[in-house]
Amino acid sequence: VTSAAGALYGEVIRERWRRPRHRGELPAATAVAEDVNPLCGDRVRMLLHVAEGTVRAARFTGDSCAICTAAADVVAELVEGRTVAEAARLAPDDVLGVLQADIRPTRMRCATLPISVLQQALRP
Amino acid sequence: MKMDEQTRPDFPILDRIVNGHRLVYLDSAASSQKPRTVIEAMSQYYATSHANVHRSIHTLGEEATALYEMARDRVQRFIGAASREEVVFTRGTTDGINLVADAVGRTLRPGDEILITDLEHHSNIIPWQMAARDRGATVRSVPVTGEGLLDLDAFERLLGPRTRVVAFAHVSNVLGTILPVARLSAQARRVGALTVVDGAQAAPHLPLDMSSLECDFYTFSSHKMLGPTGVGVLWGRRAALEALEPTRGGGEMIKEVWIDRARWNDLPWRFEPGTPPIAEAVGLMAAIEYLEKLGMERVAEHERALARQTVEVLQAIPGVRVYGPGASVDRGAVVAFSVEGLHPHDVAALLDQEGIAVRAGHHCAQPLMRSLGVVGTARASFSVYSSSEEVSLLAHALASLRTRL
Repeated sequence: VTSAAGALYGEVIRERWRRPRHRGELPAATAVAEDVNPLCGDRVRMLLHVAEGTVRAARFTGDSCAICTAAADVVAELVEGRTVAEAARLAPDDVLGVLQADIRPTRMRCATLPISVLQQALRP
Repeated sequence: MKMDEQTRPDFPILDRIVNGHRLVYLDSAASSQKPRTVIEAMSQYYATSHANVHRSIHTLGEEATALYEMARDRVQRFIGAASREEVVFTRGTTDGINLVADAVGRTLRPGDEILITDLEHHSNIIPWQMAARDRGATVRSVPVTGEGLLDLDAFERLLGPRTRVVAFAHVSNVLGTILPVARLSAQARRVGALTVVDGAQAAPHLPLDMSSLECDFYTFSSHKMLGPTGVGVLWGRRAALEALEPTRGGGEMIKEVWIDRARWNDLPWRFEPGTPPIAEAVGLMAAIEYLEKLGMERVAEHERALARQTVEVLQAIPGVRVYGPGASVDRGAVVAFSVEGLHPHDVAALLDQEGIAVRAGHHCAQPLMRSLGVVGTARASFSVYSSSEEVSLLAHALASLRTRL
């Protein structure tokens, strides 16, 4: 039974969905953006604390499926400590590489929504 | 014999194996599957009789025209319309609502009101927003009670002399709630408002009789009632259709054309510019014949029993929440539900692993989702081929779902 879900999403997604490391509020946030996936109504909010051109901390909140939640968690993790310019260059493949899952075309928006929200937050 | 035992052999797609399991298709409210007679009628039409309709003076043109207009007669009988002139072919329910909203929209004045309900599909919200936007009119909405029924007291309060249009679904595509069309329409008429009914989730499942529904316009899609995509029906009371100024121009909808003006064609062609979906109308005719052979009373009874069973068995599963009216209330052929701790998308993806197809998300009804306090739900929906065994398979899969992610 568990293997069916494992085959569907992969261990990384399941683990990050159950225990996301970067979910939560960020009172010190200096840049915030939020968007929805029109397909399903999923909502992701990215909160960034940017100082001296570097992303010091990143968190996310929202109501989203396992893939979207895991992707948001990965995005937050990948941008922490990077310069704003580096963070803005983060691409879907970077996130998909960490997720190590074969995401179906119908769910690709679930995986890429957090990156587009990140880019909105980083826009000057 | 149970209806599904009788019908399942007629639907070739039901033999599909999905992810190692025999397909359990519980997404008929989004689009139904097609019986072999529909598939063959369309392919036969293309193989032997296709040409453009109405102005082709040759044998194939005459055959195509005869079939297309015969489809109109079948629709007229199926929905109990007073005359064939009241049956306009469209591209689907959304197209039908837009057709009326465009035309009525041009007559709106500042301060006019359009009354819809909180349980509408986006296709019965957005066209009215667009119609109101440029004319200074307002869209207002009737709330839904905690039991998932329309708040009829609020409806009476919101209905007034400024109300020009009342637009509502016959059956909610999420909650399955059946709205009292005749009652709402009679009340709307008393204040002089036009009524536009979205029948997308009713036409495939309930016997229809336009003469007793009291509304002015009623629209539905072929593809949810065993027919092909790309065609639908707008029924309009003759006087209501005659009062509509066409907003879409082209061939076929005119009698005489000059460079600076034209005279419109008679009903129903006045609202059918361009080459219509001919093969699709032929397919819809075959779908109607299939449904009529089964009998719509029996179809309604079959699906009512499945919906009731679904509400009962899902409610009994810990962590599963069912939305909409209780098992004792008649509902359409849909049941929306959620699984505690799981996002609806994940519920649908996990069920798909077992070959079970359900819909998940906001079902194009975001205002309703907001009033339910959820981002989305999962939804099981039924047609003539759906079986009680499939409902049991769904319940069995759901019972162990929470431990899978």
